[in-house]
Amino acid sequence: MKLTKLTALAASTALCAPMAFAEMANEMTIVSWGGAYSNSQMKAYHEPYAAKTGVKIINDESSAEAVAKLRAMNEAGNVTWDVVDVVAADAMRLCDEGLALEIDADTQLAAAPDGTPASEDFGELLVSDCFIPQIVYSTTFGYRTDMVGDTPPDDICDVFDLEAYPGKRALEKRPINNMEWALLCDGVAKDEVYDVLETEAGQEQALAKLDTIKDSVIWWSAGADTPQLLADGEVVMGSTYNGRLFSVIEEQKQPVAMLWDAQVFDLDGWIIPAGLSPERQARALDYIMFATDTQRLADQAKFISYGPARASSAPLVGKHADLGIDMAPHMPTDPNNAKNTSLFNYEFWADYRDDIDAKFQAWLAK
Amino acid sequence: MSDTTQSGPVLAADGTPLKRSLARALRMQKLRALMLVAPLLLFILLTFILPIADMLFRSVENRIVADTLPKTVVALQGWDANSGEAPDEAVYAALAADLIVAVEAKTHTRLGTRLNYEMTGISSLFRKSGRKVKKWDIAEDAPFKEKFVKIDKDWADPEVWRTIQTYSPKYTNGYFLNSIDMQKGVDGAEARPENQQIYITLFQRTMFMSLVITFSCIVLGYPVAWILANLPARSANLLMILVLLPFWTSLLVRTSAWKVMLQQQGVINDVLVWLGLVADDARLVMINNQFGTIVAMTHILLPFMILPMYSVMQTINPSYLRAAKSLGATNWTAFWRVYFPQSVPGIGAGSILVFILAIGYYITPEIVGGTKGVFISNRIAYHISSSLNWGLAAALGAILLVVVLILYWAYDKIVGIDNVKLG
Repeated sequence: MKLTKLTALAASTALCAPMAFAEMANEMTIVSWGGAYSNSQMKAYHEPYAAKTGVKIINDESSAEAVAKLRAMNEAGNVTWDVVDVVAADAMRLCDEGLALEIDADTQLAAAPDGTPASEDFGELLVSDCFIPQIVYSTTFGYRTDMVGDTPPDDICDVFDLEAYPGKRALEKRPINNMEWALLCDGVAKDEVYDVLETEAGQEQALAKLDTIKDSVIWWSAGADTPQLLADGEVVMGSTYNGRLFSVIEEQKQPVAMLWDAQVFDLDGWIIPAGLSPERQARALDYIMFATDTQRLADQAKFISYGPARASSAPLVGKHADLGIDMAPHMPTDPNNAKNTSLFNYEFWADYRDDIDAKFQAWLAK
Repeated sequence: MSDTTQSGPVLAADGTPLKRSLARALRMQKLRALMLVAPLLLFILLTFILPIADMLFRSVENRIVADTLPKTVVALQGWDANSGEAPDEAVYAALAADLIVAVEAKTHTRLGTRLNYEMTGISSLFRKSGRKVKKWDIAEDAPFKEKFVKIDKDWADPEVWRTIQTYSPKYTNGYFLNSIDMQKGVDGAEARPENQQIYITLFQRTMFMSLVITFSCIVLGYPVAWILANLPARSANLLMILVLLPFWTSLLVRTSAWKVMLQQQGVINDVLVWLGLVADDARLVMINNQFGTIVAMTHILLPFMILPMYSVMQTINPSYLRAAKSLGATNWTAFWRVYFPQSVPGIGAGSILVFILAIGYYITPEIVGGTKGVFISNRIAYHISSSLNWGLAAALGAILLVVVLILYWAYDKIVGIDNVKLG
């Protein structure tokens, strides 16, 4: 109700003033994850946008608590963020809770240079009505090349093989991905994983498989943990986001290599909070239109090894801005890396997240 | 003469009874005093009491079901959850009417999230149904039962309806039951399946580990406080800076430093291996377990123990000890019978501070605690920021608050809160 009124208001002001540009706020707060990722966005999106429009962009690094904070802001009736970077699963929750603005891809996002409408260019990656995808990243494994002998691991199930690869492993302290990998390595066919995981017995099976390596696992909760543990030699292999491993391997030159098998793709992108004033909303929409066009998404890949979410951006991905190496082979979507992949199952985890997490945490505490 | 026989009240100069006049004067004074503290009271009320009360209220509040599905809740009252059959058409019609309104206001997915905490699958059931229901017309499309079952066969599942019925009252004890590993079953409260029980274990672990941390702070802090109190002022000040130095360092830095020290490829293990005390392939596991949490938190909380101890010990006259010894007491007797009892208020103050701080810690256990060294606060943080189950987080927080208050009360009964001094 409030929302429709606002959009109506925005529409009417846009009609009254032919210079809609003048109606936009000239300051905006953009929320992201911090670190190398925020830097890549600053270089690829913020700086050119600020240069083009003169808008002052304030960075906030609160994406990890974005959903909780947006909910609190919404309850308090004072939303201070204009554009927020979240993973797709969080975007869906924000959309479910009515905390994010619904976006019409074809009218509110830029078309590809050849005229393909945005909805086709993003294709299936538009997983929620409120979500504007930005990058494809993957959760995958890295291993210490000097600790695995002459036969480096090339199969996800090597993670569960303590005899061939003794030593600690780093896994994320949550059921998502771990349960799927456990089932895959316990003989469940890839296309049946979620049918099995739906059942009580399937969840037991996955936990039983994880039980076989439980004593050798260090559980991480921040994306920076695994790179650190690998660099220190604390673990022989560990899961994390592929961009983090890229920086360990190529920027810090550590003896680490990628194990791309069974990597899980996930999406990260923008949402615009619901309940912004018309000027701020117009500004946020204008920014989104700019920052998610084909060239901008390809530009981001110069600074970090995450794949652009638009099909039309892929051919434009070039070399790393500082290292001068080709970025394409480091993209999770590169054909050589993407031999065995799956996409984060948003629907399944939206339903089972609470239930399986309760069991997983109880299992961890045992 | 006439004065003594007068039976009326004593009057003030202006003719009003003296008692009332006095009361008025005092009231003015009290009011003025109150006005002076009013800003502080108001500040505490607005920024501390109200938010906490509001948060705690969420642990029982459950209006969302009745607000989103008002007609359905009423229609469901006549349905028997134990019948094993889905309700009749009237309930589905009410649901259709409610959902059409809810989809318009986009509240149906929010309700789905809420009920998904109680029964897995309801979240997508509501999301999926919302998309279809949007196109329905309440007058023309009846009957609805078949239509709902066609959207998803879960709508014919009595378990879904039982969940909606169980959580339709505006207030619920469900969150509290959940936080003591119980749930609302068909016949009232029942224990959760064993593979989901976790909170009681975490509460016990939080209590146990906070006690261990408090105790190790006493053991480590007491001698330091004693030395501080008995050194000449100049060296005492230097030592004091060493105690306070960690205070000025970020909590995260200190915790991460412990990671570097304790991990298997860390400083301590490297030294032990170099000395030959530990074999290279049998390095000690000192982090990502309870030991890591206890070491790191003891270090971080130590100043909170030393400072109150120190300020109490400073007030103890050293001549008492000399007097005891001159009367023939051994060193130990003099300390134990004369010095120690006087320092107990400092230990009490330090212990309360350390224990209460320890019970609410979550950053340090999260970083160094692994799976066995995490506290109940880690789950509260998870439910606030990740699962968004604020009701459950509020219930866990309320229980933690009550436990602390009970311990405080017990402390008052056993040691006496008057016997606590900060100097």
